[in-house]
Amino acid sequence: MELLLVLLVLVAVVLALVVLGKLTGVVKGLNPSNSYPEEPGRANQVNAWMFLVLIVVGFVAITWSYLHSTKFYLPEASSIHGRRTDDLFWFSMGLLTIPFMLVNTALFFFAWKYRYQKGKRASFYPENHRLELVWTTVPAVVMAILVLTGWKAWSDITSEAPEDAEVIEITGKQFGWIARYGGIDDNKLGNYDYRLIDAQNEVGIDFTDETSFDDFTNPSELHIPVNRPVLLKIRARDVLHSVFIPHMRVKMDAVPGMPTKFWFVADKTTEQMRAELGNPDFKYEIACTEVCGQGHFGMKMVLVVEDEESYQKWIASQQPFLKTYPEYLDRVPANLKAKAAKYVGEQTASAE
Amino acid sequence: MSVVEVVEHGHTEEHEHHELSFWRKYIFSEDHKTIAKQFLITGILWAVLGITLSVLFRIQLGFPEADLSWLRPVLGGWITDTGKIQPEFFLALVTMHGTIMVFFVLTAGLSGTFSNFLIPLQIGARDMASGFMNMLSYWFFFVAGLIMFVSMFLQTGPAAGGWVIYPPLSALQQASPGSGLGMTLWLVSIALFIVSQLLGGVNYITTIINLRTRGMTFSRLPLSIWSFLITAILGLISFPVLLSAALLLIFDRSFGTSFFLSEIYIGGEALSNVGGSPILFQHLFWFLGHPEVYIVILPALGITSEVIATNSRKPIFGYRAMIASMLGIAFLSFIVWAHHMFVTGMNPFLGSIFMFLTLIIAVPSAVKAFNYISTMWRGNLHFTPAMLFSIGMVSLFVSGGLTGIILGNSALDIQLHDTYFVVAHFHLVMGAAAAFGLFSGVYHWFPKMYGKMMNQTLGQIHFWLTFVGLYLIFVPMHYVGIAGFPRRYYQFTSYDFTSVFSDMNTFITVAAIFTFAAQFIFLFNFFTSIFKGRKAPMNPWRSTTLEWTTDNPGHGNWVGEIPAVYRWPYDYSKPGAKEDFIPQTVPHSVTPESNFPSDNALIAEEKQIESQNYNDQFKTGH
Ligand code: HEM
Ligand SMILES: [Cu+2]
Ligand SMILES: [Cu+2]
Repeated sequence: MELLLVLLVLVAVVLALVVLGKLTGVVKGLNPSNSYPEEPGRANQVNAWMFLVLIVVGFVAITWSYLHSTKFYLPEASSIHGRRTDDLFWFSMGLLTIPFMLVNTALFFFAWKYRYQKGKRASFYPENHRLELVWTTVPAVVMAILVLTGWKAWSDITSEAPEDAEVIEITGKQFGWIARYGGIDDNKLGNYDYRLIDAQNEVGIDFTDETSFDDFTNPSELHIPVNRPVLLKIRARDVLHSVFIPHMRVKMDAVPGMPTKFWFVADKTTEQMRAELGNPDFKYEIACTEVCGQGHFGMKMVLVVEDEESYQKWIASQQPFLKTYPEYLDRVPANLKAKAAKYVGEQTASAE
Repeated sequence: MSVVEVVEHGHTEEHEHHELSFWRKYIFSEDHKTIAKQFLITGILWAVLGITLSVLFRIQLGFPEADLSWLRPVLGGWITDTGKIQPEFFLALVTMHGTIMVFFVLTAGLSGTFSNFLIPLQIGARDMASGFMNMLSYWFFFVAGLIMFVSMFLQTGPAAGGWVIYPPLSALQQASPGSGLGMTLWLVSIALFIVSQLLGGVNYITTIINLRTRGMTFSRLPLSIWSFLITAILGLISFPVLLSAALLLIFDRSFGTSFFLSEIYIGGEALSNVGGSPILFQHLFWFLGHPEVYIVILPALGITSEVIATNSRKPIFGYRAMIASMLGIAFLSFIVWAHHMFVTGMNPFLGSIFMFLTLIIAVPSAVKAFNYISTMWRGNLHFTPAMLFSIGMVSLFVSGGLTGIILGNSALDIQLHDTYFVVAHFHLVMGAAAAFGLFSGVYHWFPKMYGKMMNQTLGQIHFWLTFVGLYLIFVPMHYVGIAGFPRRYYQFTSYDFTSVFSDMNTFITVAAIFTFAAQFIFLFNFFTSIFKGRKAPMNPWRSTTLEWTTDNPGHGNWVGEIPAVYRWPYDYSKPGAKEDFIPQTVPHSVTPESNFPSDNALIAEEKQIESQNYNDQFKTGH
C-alpha cells in the first residue's frame, strides 16, 4: 500500500515536470500565430501513443489492484441465499468484465491506430444495419440471461417465509437497534402501538394483548438459531433506517409506519466462523445503511448465530419485559391480570 | 462568397444599432450566448465549491487522524476541539456536495450552458424563442444558488440528510439539526431551481421546434440538438414531480400534514401524524431522480457526438440509431425509477418488473457506445482536448454503465444497495462522464464563446491527469463497496467488518486530492485564455455545423441573412470532396464531385429552401 502511495506521488512528480517542460512551450505558444486551423503535430502522436500505454498499464493496474483487494472482501456468505447471490454477483461480474475489457480496449486501440496521418483520408462510413442489429441483439440476449437468473433468485429470496421460521422483531431508532422476541412460553410477538412508546417500553409493546406478556427485548444482541429460517420483522420508530447484516447478505429498510420483513437461513454459527477464519474475536455485525442522522455510522448490534440448544438456553435466560418493569402490569386489562402476574414477581413465577 | 461585406451592409439595414447599457449587455442580458456564459461561469464556481466539500469529507475518510484545527478560522464549530470534523458536519458536506454537483453543476452548468449556447447557433436562429424567459431562467437559478449558499452559513447548518432528502429525517426538526432552517432553505432553493429548469426547458423545446432555419429539417439536426431537445422534454415532465414532492414535504414540515409521516416517536413524544408514507416520497423523488440522471448525461452524449465526429473526420456512425437510442433511453428512464428502492420493502413483484425494465435500458446505452467506437474506426483522429475528453467520456460511461447492470439486478442489489459500490457506479457513469462532456464542450466551443483559443497542450495534460485520476478514485471504490462498506458513514472504525480496508480509503483520498489539483490547470487555462488566448479563426476545427459559419457573433448571431441548410451535419471526408468536410450551408448543386445519386434529388429542393425566410426573428418580428 505504501508502495502504491509512493508510486502515485512519483507519477505526480513526473507529470508535474512534464507540465513545467510543456509550459515553456506554452509561453511560446502565447505569441499569436494565426495559422489555425493547424496541422496536428507531434502532440497528436504523443497522445495517440498514450492511449496504447493506457491499455497496457490500465489493465495491469486493474488486475493487480483487484487481486490485492480480494483479501479484504467479506468471507463466504453465512447464509444460504447469500451464497446464491454471491455466485450470481461473481458470475455477472465475470460476464461484464468481457465487455469492459473489449470496449475500453477497442476505444483506446482505435484512438491509437487511427491517429491523424498527413494525407490520409478517413472512410465515409455512416452506417451498417447488419452490424447495428448484431450489437443490439447481443446485449439484449445477455440482459435476458441476467434478468432470468436474477429474477429467479429474487423471487425465492422475497417469497413468504416458511411456517416454522423463528420470528424476531427488530426496531431501528436514533441510534440503535432493539430486538424483541416472542418469549419462552408462546414464542409469539405481542401487538405494539407507537403511542405506547416511552423511555422503558422502547418499542411500544401493547400489554392488552396477552401474547406480549412473555415478550422480551434486547438492545445490544440479536441471537438467532443456525440452520433454521429466521424471519426478521423490521420497523422504525423515528426516521428511516436499514438493517444490514453484511455476512448474511441481508438488507432491508426500516420504515416508520410501514413494517417490512426479510427472512433467511444462517448456516454458520459464530463459533464456526471463528474457527474458519482463525479469528477468535470474530463477531457478526448489524449495521444501518440508510442515513438517519449523526449517529448513523455507529448503529451497531451484534448478531450471534448459535446452535438450537444454546439458542434455547439463551432465550430461557432472558427476562420478560414485564418482569424487568413490573409497573407495566397496570396496563394489563383486569381480566388478564392474573395471567400477566405470573411474569412479574419472583414468587408468582416460582409458584407456577 | 464575400460574406463579410454583405454582412456589414445588411446589419445596419435590418435593425438599428443601439448600444445596450452595461447592465443589459452583461448582467440582465437576453442574448442566449451571454446567458450561456453566465451558466458556465456560475457552474464552474459551484463545481469548485462542490468538489472542495468532497475533498474535505474524503480527508475525514482517508485520514481520520488528521488534525484539521487549522480550518477552525473558516469552519468554526464544525471542527471539534481536537481538530476533527463533526459527524453532523460530515453529513452536511456529503449532502451539499451531492446537491451542488447534481443540480447546480451537471444540470444547470452543463445543460444550461450548452443548450443555451448551441441551440440557436446550431439550428440557425437569431436567439431563443423568448430571450426574456431565458434570462429569467438564469436568474432563478442564480437566486436558487444564492439561497443554497446562504444555508451553508446557518448556525444549525445546511440540510444534512443526503441529496435525496428522504423524510422523516428531512421532515422533522427533532431528527437532525440540518432538518431545521437548513432544510427549509434547501427546499426553497430547489423549488426555485425547478422553476428555472422549466423556464429554460420550455424555451429550448419551442426554439428547436419553431425557429429552425430554412432547410434545417429534423433529420438534419446535429445530435447535440437532439440531445438537448430530449433532455428538455425529460426535465419538463419530471421536474414538476419533484416540485410536488418538495411542496408536500414543505406542508409536512410546516403545516402539520402527514403525506410522508406516520407512527413516529421522536424526541420523547409520539407524533400525531398517521397514514402517510415515507416510501411515497421516494417514489416521487426517483420519478424525477432517475430521469434526472439522464438529464445530466444526454447533453454530454450529444456534445460527445459532435466532437467525436468532427475530430475523427468521419460522419457519426448510425445517426438514426443514435436518435432512436436517445429516444429509447428517454422513454425507459421514466419507468425504471424504483430500482433505487429494491430494499425499501416495496412489493417484491414490483421489484421484478423494475429489474426487467432497468436491464432493458442497458441496450440502447450499449448501442450508443458501440456507435461512438465505430465512428472512430478508420478515422483520421485529431486529439484536441475536446476529442480526448470525449473519448474519456465514452470510456467512463461504459465502465460505469456496466456496474449499473449489476445494481439493476434486484437480487444483487440487496447486498450492494447503499454501499460504496453504488457511489462508484454513479460517479463514473454520471459524475465523471457528464463532467467530461462538459469539459469536452468547453474546449470545443470556447473559440466560439470567447473568440479565443484555449491552450491545447495544457488541455491535453488536464485530460490525462483527470482521466487517470478518476479511475484511480473510482475503481478502488468498487472494491470497498464489494467489501460491504456503507455509504455516508462518518468513519469506519465502529465495525470490525469495515476496519480492514483503511489503506484503500487513504489511497482514494490521495487520488481525489490529486485529481482536484489537476483541475486548476483547467481553471488557469480557461481564465487566462479568455483574456490572453490566441485569436480564434472562424472555424478552427473545420466543422460542418452552423455555429462555425459566423465570426465571433454579436446579438442576432449572423449579420445579414441567416444561413440556409442543405445537408446533414456529418459530411466529413465525403468521397470526392475537395476538403474533408462540407458545411451544412453548402448546396449539393455546387458539389457535384461528391454527390451520391440520392443527393442529386436534393438539388431540386434547393430553390424551395432558398425562398423560405419566415424564421428570421429580426425580420418579421413574429
Ligand atoms: C446501464 C444503465 C444503468 C443501469 C442499469 C443503472 C442502474 C442503477 C441502479 C439499479 C441503481 C441503484 C443502486 C442502489 O441504490 O442500490 C443506480 C444508481 C444510480 N445510478 Fe445508475 N444505472 C445505469 C446508468 C446510469 C446512468 C447513465 C446514470 C447517470 C448518468 C446513472 C446514475 C445513477 C445514480 C446517480 C445513482 C445513485 C443515486 C443515489 O442513490 O444517490 N446510472 N443505477
Ligand atoms: Cu442509519
Ligand atoms: Cu436510476
